[in-house]
Amino acid sequence: MTTANSQTPLVEARNVHKSFDQLEVLKGIDLDVMPGEVVVILGPSGSGKSTFLRCINHLEAIQKGYIQVDGEQIGYALRKGRLEKLSANGIARQRRKIGMVFQQFNLYPHMTVLQNIIEAPIGIHGESRQEAIANAMRLLERVGLSEKAQSYPRQLSGGQQQRVAIARALAIRPKLMLFDEPTSALDPELVGEVLATMRDLARQGLTMIVVTHEIGFAREAADRVIFMDGGHIVEMGKPEDVIGNPQHPRTQAFLSRFL
Amino acid sequence: MSDRTASNAPPSGGADFRDVATAHTPFRTGRLVLWLVIILVVADFAWIVANNENFGWPVVAHYFFDPVVMSGLTVSLGLTVVGMLLGIAFGLIIAIARMSNDRLARSFASLFIWFFRGTPLLVQLIFWYNMSTLFPQLSIAIPFGPTLVSWETNSVITPMTAAIVGLALNEAAYMAEIIRGGLLSVDRGQSETAEAFGMTRARALWRIIIPQAMRSIVPPTGNQLISMIKATSLVSVIAMADLLYSVQSIYNRTFEIIPMLLVAVIWYLMITTVLNIGQSYIEAYYGRSDRRNATVAKPAAVTEEASH
Repeated sequence: MTTANSQTPLVEARNVHKSFDQLEVLKGIDLDVMPGEVVVILGPSGSGKSTFLRCINHLEAIQKGYIQVDGEQIGYALRKGRLEKLSANGIARQRRKIGMVFQQFNLYPHMTVLQNIIEAPIGIHGESRQEAIANAMRLLERVGLSEKAQSYPRQLSGGQQQRVAIARALAIRPKLMLFDEPTSALDPELVGEVLATMRDLARQGLTMIVVTHEIGFAREAADRVIFMDGGHIVEMGKPEDVIGNPQHPRTQAFLSRFL
Repeated sequence: MSDRTASNAPPSGGADFRDVATAHTPFRTGRLVLWLVIILVVADFAWIVANNENFGWPVVAHYFFDPVVMSGLTVSLGLTVVGMLLGIAFGLIIAIARMSNDRLARSFASLFIWFFRGTPLLVQLIFWYNMSTLFPQLSIAIPFGPTLVSWETNSVITPMTAAIVGLALNEAAYMAEIIRGGLLSVDRGQSETAEAFGMTRARALWRIIIPQAMRSIVPPTGNQLISMIKATSLVSVIAMADLLYSVQSIYNRTFEIIPMLLVAVIWYLMITTVLNIGQSYIEAYYGRSDRRNATVAKPAAVTEEASH
């Protein structure tokens, strides 16, 4: 809404509902994300922000509404005027342009850092081995870990693992990057290095949706901040407005804890 | 109080005395005595066994490489390898079926495991061997419809096929549960990550999940392999000339029961020893990412493993 212009949105979510059994976690989310935009989602635990993020690449199926990424409806296809559920392989294909970074890093522990990064480019995107390794080394340099290419994840600190996870997600040349609380599992002194890497990506025009508790990052790097509570988007706008001058009492209460 | 004085004011020499680098292990007399006693007992026992004529060691030596024993050994090893390979392959399929979302696959897998784990292997082998009494003809046909192809059961189910099918299916049921346990031991986040990166289920399983599951699959599989070698001795009841059957055929002639059984026992022990060594190498391979200094210790090996 704030960024409404002539461009078509990269992500388009309409009236998204999601329940786990009886518990309704998302109660009608509407969101457009423009190409190159950095959207930060804030909110208390249990507000549905991580669930919403996971719906965008269909790690969770939604029950009502729709989500469209880059012109394709996620998880479904129109065939002969009827909406059909996509097969597992069809969904896998859709996910290939979306990179994701997890709270627990989820590096493949049995592979070296380099193998972690080149796995998807070679195995799924059909890149040549040479090309994939060259690109991986460029990405490792970008996150400042060139000398760790042959290490195993277990040998790295949490912050280093998360930077490798970011490089791994970038290696598939994603159109959209999803960050699910990327710094929540890190020791406080390691948070900075990961946020610096993410700020760097934001500056380079990557489209990012970031679920986080880092208010500072939201203020500096976000084009738009969303505050979620109880399965709704409560407030949305420029960081200086939502964080600097929150209107909704829930937002005010939440942010007051960080001041 | 006295403790405190001691730690605060050590005898002459000061801090040098407390440096653990100068520490030595005290001599343990009791331990040495225990070792001596045990060595003595073991040596005595070995001497008694070696010199007891009833064991018939010359007979053991004479028949150890006998052609009949050798061919029996080949049959036992062959059955073990084939039965185990088929058992692992089929067990993997059953394990995946058991874990799938598809109810038909899940029910089939459960039924399979229930039946083949729930009945004695010996009985299963006899059933397979006597298949012709149940079904004189084996045919491929449309259910309740015409028959397409048909064979005499006795020409298909030889002792060899009965033994292989019996051992493999029984093994598959156990391996399915072992493999399922291994797959379940891998962190849920791993398959989720593979999914998020757009991997197909098959690829995620092959590249991400199974390599990590191997660490908990290998040790019980080693167990299974060893019991499989001994289970092959059951096929002697369906007239398969395995290792046990071949030594039996010799002692039925010569009446040298104990020496001939010793031949078999020593061969079984030698095979399991080799397998144990192999298993520890496989475990070391799948545990390589756990060694903190893996890259420092073997940089060449790691680069090689990086190849796809």
